[in-house]
Amino acid sequence: MSTSNKRTVYSTGKVNRRNFLKAAAVTSSSAALSACMSKETREKFFQKDFRSLSKEEIAGILSRLEAEYSRKYGKEFTVSAKEPIPETMFGFALDISRCIGCRRCVYGCVNENNQSREPQIHWIRVLEMEKEKGIDFMHADMHYDHEEVPHEGHFYLPVACQQCKNPPCVKSCPVGATWIEPDGIVVVDYDWCIGCRCCMAACPYGARHYNWGAVQLPAENLNPHTHYLGNRPRIKGVVEKCTFCIQRVREGRYPECVEICPVGARKFGNLLDKDSEIRYILENKRVLILKEELNTQPNFFYFYGT
Amino acid sequence: MNFIRFIKESFKIVMQGSKRYYVWLAFLLILIIWGITGYIAQLKQGLLVTNMRDPISWAFYIGNFTFLVGVAAAAIMLVIPAYIYNWKPIKEVVIFGELLAISAVIMCILFVIVDVGNPLRLWHMLPALGRLNLPSSLLAWDSVVLSLYFILNLGVVSYLLYKHFNKKEYSKKLLTPLMLFSIPVAIGIHTVTAFLYNGFAGRPYWNSALLAPKFLASAFCSGPAVLLILFQILKKTTTFEIKDEAIWKIAELMAYAMFINLFFFGSEVFKEIYSDTEHLTHLKYLFQGIGENRDIVAYGWLSLIFSVVAFLLFLIPKTRKNVITLNIGAILIWFGVYVEKGIALLIPGFTPDVLGQIYVYRPSLAEIKISMGIFAIGFLIFTFMTKIAIAIFFEDFNIGTLSRKKPAKA
Repeated sequence: MSTSNKRTVYSTGKVNRRNFLKAAAVTSSSAALSACMSKETREKFFQKDFRSLSKEEIAGILSRLEAEYSRKYGKEFTVSAKEPIPETMFGFALDISRCIGCRRCVYGCVNENNQSREPQIHWIRVLEMEKEKGIDFMHADMHYDHEEVPHEGHFYLPVACQQCKNPPCVKSCPVGATWIEPDGIVVVDYDWCIGCRCCMAACPYGARHYNWGAVQLPAENLNPHTHYLGNRPRIKGVVEKCTFCIQRVREGRYPECVEICPVGARKFGNLLDKDSEIRYILENKRVLILKEELNTQPNFFYFYGT
Repeated sequence: MNFIRFIKESFKIVMQGSKRYYVWLAFLLILIIWGITGYIAQLKQGLLVTNMRDPISWAFYIGNFTFLVGVAAAAIMLVIPAYIYNWKPIKEVVIFGELLAISAVIMCILFVIVDVGNPLRLWHMLPALGRLNLPSSLLAWDSVVLSLYFILNLGVVSYLLYKHFNKKEYSKKLLTPLMLFSIPVAIGIHTVTAFLYNGFAGRPYWNSALLAPKFLASAFCSGPAVLLILFQILKKTTTFEIKDEAIWKIAELMAYAMFINLFFFGSEVFKEIYSDTEHLTHLKYLFQGIGENRDIVAYGWLSLIFSVVAFLLFLIPKTRKNVITLNIGAILIWFGVYVEKGIALLIPGFTPDVLGQIYVYRPSLAEIKISMGIFAIGFLIFTFMTKIAIAIFFEDFNIGTLSRKKPAKA
């Protein structure tokens, strides 16, 4: 698989960054000056964390963001804050015996979730492991580059956020910018994250990724259908991670990686629904979780289908 | 009105000095400007200008932060032996220890600020305004104890200096409990900083119960090492006085602390090597390297060798009391602990990362620039504060001498 097309003209977002910095400088200088700030800048700076916002405030922020993104990328954006579906706890199961290591899920995810193309961010990382060693992270290789996959003597283990029920990342965040939603998805408020990276040190799965530089998105190849806690464009200096495609699954659709997987290795569903495929797998296949000794209690399972 | 005069005259004092003093100030100023240019670039381009990346998400900045927390904590922990052994120049040791602590905490805070991706959002950590994630986040705890420690030290030092300036006796009733309270807080800042790493179950290199005790032991070496060198510089360049016995005693205590530090280190090495699990990989990365990646091996060994040599120098009374070997020992300890906290703690903790991948990290020029700038700011603050303190304690700078020079108007 090739990486994203290199000829793409990236929208650099310079204007916005400059505006932001200018606004920032004004804000920090003194309280007296804050009176001179534009209303929008002031609102942005003093915006509360997502969980403390009222419904009206959220609505205001969403429409502001929609206008901002549409202007910036020249495309009609929707930013939703759709709430969890009641009686739902999302679970994921990945069939290790089927995965061929083609990385289609990796790039499908990048496009669906508007990950930065340069520097590249991948929420899903596929580890190549030796069949004889079993699941062994210390000897895994995520930079494999073969003409054809699967490579002889190897199997593949895609790893993204495990959506833990006891997540070390949430515990470590000093400002409460990340939390578990009622449907089990661990989310990040990009407008509240200070960028300290405690959560990255805490995560045992390397699932959290940092925007080290300004986010570069190809205007013609981005997904304008976004969720506030998911795939809306990020800014530099914040952490992001897999959200089970919150913008899709809360509308009853499958995550992108499930749809794009050519071998059907990825299964997704509601753990509270007795008739769901995910429950069938839990009951009829033998599943395993990664690093169970750490007591993270993932909602992401691995199994051997055949 | 005395206070305004105190400020005014203090300002004059820090602006006057020998040629060497001005050269020193100019040197610091250049470093500060250099650092600021680096930080402006970082603000514009993001932390991309550093060499930190997802696999090694904390590095040089946080390493310096960790080292300086140790310096800040240990400066005050010197108060304990100062009391127990009833050193004659106890007040001086305490005051300069506290000045060092204040400068170190300021540097700590600056290192956290430059490490954060969105510094303008740091208000999110303020208790009532933001959403400080207590009690579960260790960084939240760290910000609380560091602020407390800073306020405490600043309060005690300003009070002591100001009283002395006014030629008034300080109130023991007020000061003693504050100073005693600062001791557990000093231990607290270091323990909490250790817990910050310690609590990550997914990082076996840090997830050892010995981490916090080891932090304290090594801080008890590095903090006094910095003070030892400072005391001697001050003794040479200013009217500052300290008895040799006090310096030797500090060196002796450092030897014990270093012994404990080395013992803890040995215990960890034994556990890892004998049990020979995959967790040994991190230690191997530090002392052997993995495959061709041997970047930090030299630092690992140098730090260990320096610590052992310094321990011996401070243990043997003859070398402890010899000015040259004493200073060599102090520098070796300083370097040993700096590497231990800056490189040997962080980098192997992240290498290999949680998915077994290796990323070779070296600080970028921007990281070095910004860090130098922060150190220069810390030194500048320390220089100014020390100059005022020395004037008050040793050069008769007080309200009386001021009045004589300029009789107060009726």
